[in-house]
Amino acid sequence: GNWARLAAQDKFDQDTLLEFETFGNVTLMHVTDIHAQLKPIYFREPSVNIGVGDNRGKVPHITGEEFRVRYGIGGGTPLDYALTYDDFVAQAQAYGKVGGLDRVSTVLNAIRADRPDALLLDGGDTWHGSMTCLKTEGQDMVNVMNALKPDAMTFHWEFTLGSERVQEIVEGLPFAALGQNIFDAEWDEPAELFKPYEFFERGGVKIAVIGQAFPYMPIANPGWMFPEYSFGIRDEHMQQMVDEVRAAGAELVVCLSHNGFDVDKKMAGIVNGIDVILSGHTHDALPEPVLVGQTHIIASGSNGKFVSRVDLDVRDGKMMGIRHKLIPIFSDLITPDAEITKLIDAQRAPYLDELTHVVGKSDALLYRRGNFNGTWDDLICDALLSEREAEIALSPGVRWGPSILPGQDITREDIFNVTAMTYPNAYRTEMTGEFLKVVLEDVGDNLFNPDPYYQQGGDMVRVGGMGFKMDIAKPQGQRISDMTLLSSGEPIDPQRSYVVAGWASVNEGTEGPPIWDVVESHIAKMGSVSQGAATPVKVVLPE
Amino acid sequence: GLGALALSVLPVGASAATVDELIAEFTGGAEMADTGVTLTAPEIAENGNTVPIEVSAENAAAIMVLATGNPTPPVGTFAFGPLAGARNASTRIRLAKSQEVIAIARLEDGTFARTSAEVKVTIGGCGG
Amino acid sequence: MADGVTPRVKVPKSAEAGEVITIKTLISHPMESGQRKDDDGNVIPRSIINRFTCDFNGENVIDVKMEPAMSTNPYFEFEAKVPEAGDFTFKWYDDDGSVYEETKSVAIG
Ligand SMILES: [Mn+2]
Ligand SMILES: [Mn+2]
Repeated sequence: GNWARLAAQDKFDQDTLLEFETFGNVTLMHVTDIHAQLKPIYFREPSVNIGVGDNRGKVPHITGEEFRVRYGIGGGTPLDYALTYDDFVAQAQAYGKVGGLDRVSTVLNAIRADRPDALLLDGGDTWHGSMTCLKTEGQDMVNVMNALKPDAMTFHWEFTLGSERVQEIVEGLPFAALGQNIFDAEWDEPAELFKPYEFFERGGVKIAVIGQAFPYMPIANPGWMFPEYSFGIRDEHMQQMVDEVRAAGAELVVCLSHNGFDVDKKMAGIVNGIDVILSGHTHDALPEPVLVGQTHIIASGSNGKFVSRVDLDVRDGKMMGIRHKLIPIFSDLITPDAEITKLIDAQRAPYLDELTHVVGKSDALLYRRGNFNGTWDDLICDALLSEREAEIALSPGVRWGPSILPGQDITREDIFNVTAMTYPNAYRTEMTGEFLKVVLEDVGDNLFNPDPYYQQGGDMVRVGGMGFKMDIAKPQGQRISDMTLLSSGEPIDPQRSYVVAGWASVNEGTEGPPIWDVVESHIAKMGSVSQGAATPVKVVLPE
Repeated sequence: GLGALALSVLPVGASAATVDELIAEFTGGAEMADTGVTLTAPEIAENGNTVPIEVSAENAAAIMVLATGNPTPPVGTFAFGPLAGARNASTRIRLAKSQEVIAIARLEDGTFARTSAEVKVTIGGCGG
Repeated sequence: MADGVTPRVKVPKSAEAGEVITIKTLISHPMESGQRKDDDGNVIPRSIINRFTCDFNGENVIDVKMEPAMSTNPYFEFEAKVPEAGDFTFKWYDDDGSVYEETKSVAIG
């Protein structure tokens, strides 16, 4: 489609990026999983993204060459850089950083110039992921996003600010805070603070946007921080909402979702009447919509790296056509919106000395994204092993966190970009070999259960100091074998206790220094870091 | 985040009456139909300490719920009176680990129906 | 008697004669299972609500036998027929012999 033609052109600039033949009568703009990245960053897409069950080998579970072939993207082209991992360092040096909300603003304004009443929808994971966001409890992101004028938003990591802070922010939002699946935990009724949907009148079309927050909040994140709320997929309630908005005259039904891509696909097959799902959480970036029945699913990446533009032709109460473009935000090509740059810099000003403090230098490409260990996580695991004097380290398989190129300084900001959270304590505890296996099996099943509704949402827990084998197609309890303590080369003894260090425990009262201090201390001692010791994970793929 | 530590909500205690014994006690050993009673439970429990379930069976006089993987399987028995508006009820239960939850209805005609649901209780993963 | 036990119920204030209404109840109670140990390793004795009933004008709606696997702050949602104006009576029976009671009136029309 669009991109094959584009890839064939020599010219690649702001105009090419924004080139779009305005279509139909409604335009949606989707951003999601920004993770508080106000400024341009590098972000390497995953090399390993394994689909299981019916999703084996299906989009978005393809990477690298397979991805290029599927979408007709030439190697070494700007889109190759934006969407795949291969040859990342050389391409990053050629094409530069991505994202930056001042660049995003320029793109949004350009789309609004074509279609002044375009809807801007934010899929959540917005008020989380940086030092300034953590220190201002999300206020920096709220201030900047408000200036971009979204029309609606849904949520995930936002809740880790604690329900009191969430309530304080949401009550003051100048746009709709949506989540049909956000319920009051006590009475099992829709939570009053969050509307299930909002109606918009655009281009003479009555549009309903239904929100779907991250369903497994209290499983993936500390439930004690937001005990008033219960989530879940609640697809029956979703169907009720779709029926309700259709009965009220909605001609176009959009679901602003933080389900994750495979869950959205399954939900689209169960719930009838959704025209478009704007998908978030799993950080996939797809150049084309995926069609399930009559529902088009759009995936818009993460960290401010992309904006999706979706033009729709809605006539006689029916969606008749769709035109879509995933716009990569090449920071060097897109002129920043000066007003937003100023606003961003104002948010950062009080923390600038801390943000820019150089801790060390990287000799390696540090990245996180991928089903198993990334080099950033290897480094974090090394820091835990050495600073917390542990035999085994565990680091959560979160999908956020920008990349660092070889030769780049590592600043305190960079460390916060991969660690900032409200439950950062680096614990040190003992676990038996048996319990370690239970942990790996449990997290593994949350990632590789063949039924998407059982996939609660992260990548595999990153392990340091211990190797293992994982047979993905096996059921829970049988996937993990060959657990080996790397320091001795001996098999893990189920009965023996091991000293384990980790962070991001969902348990209340977890003790230990914040992980960013642990990582900073480790990097400072090393001065210049090569990537951490890669953990040998032998993966057995499904047939 | 990785919720690595608090695995079970109920420690494994002395073995009480088994699931089979409890069923036999409730049914008097009668056959159970495999349709006629519904048990609704989440695929994954947000919190093993409070798992929402709903039971319903047309013409049920009573519905018994058992958690097969708990140290003591009995959960509760719902008996419906003459003013029950429908033979259904929702509550929240504790599940010590991932397991099968069983609901058995005694119908007004004296027959029985059985169903079950698999509920996954996870120790937590990590968000994207 | 366990401390701070507070029953709460949600019942519509009025209904049509013969209408089926949804009732929700909550009672704050620790529901100590008798299986937990304190910090010194001693078993914390069982202390739960073992029965819940709802009646309307003396006729039964639901009668629940409750075991320690019922969650803290027991919650029930069920449906009741309202043949005439009158009072719903809710009773929670504690292991320690206490009975907590709540009444809600429903008007017709
Ligand atoms: Mn995210
Ligand atoms: Mn997320």
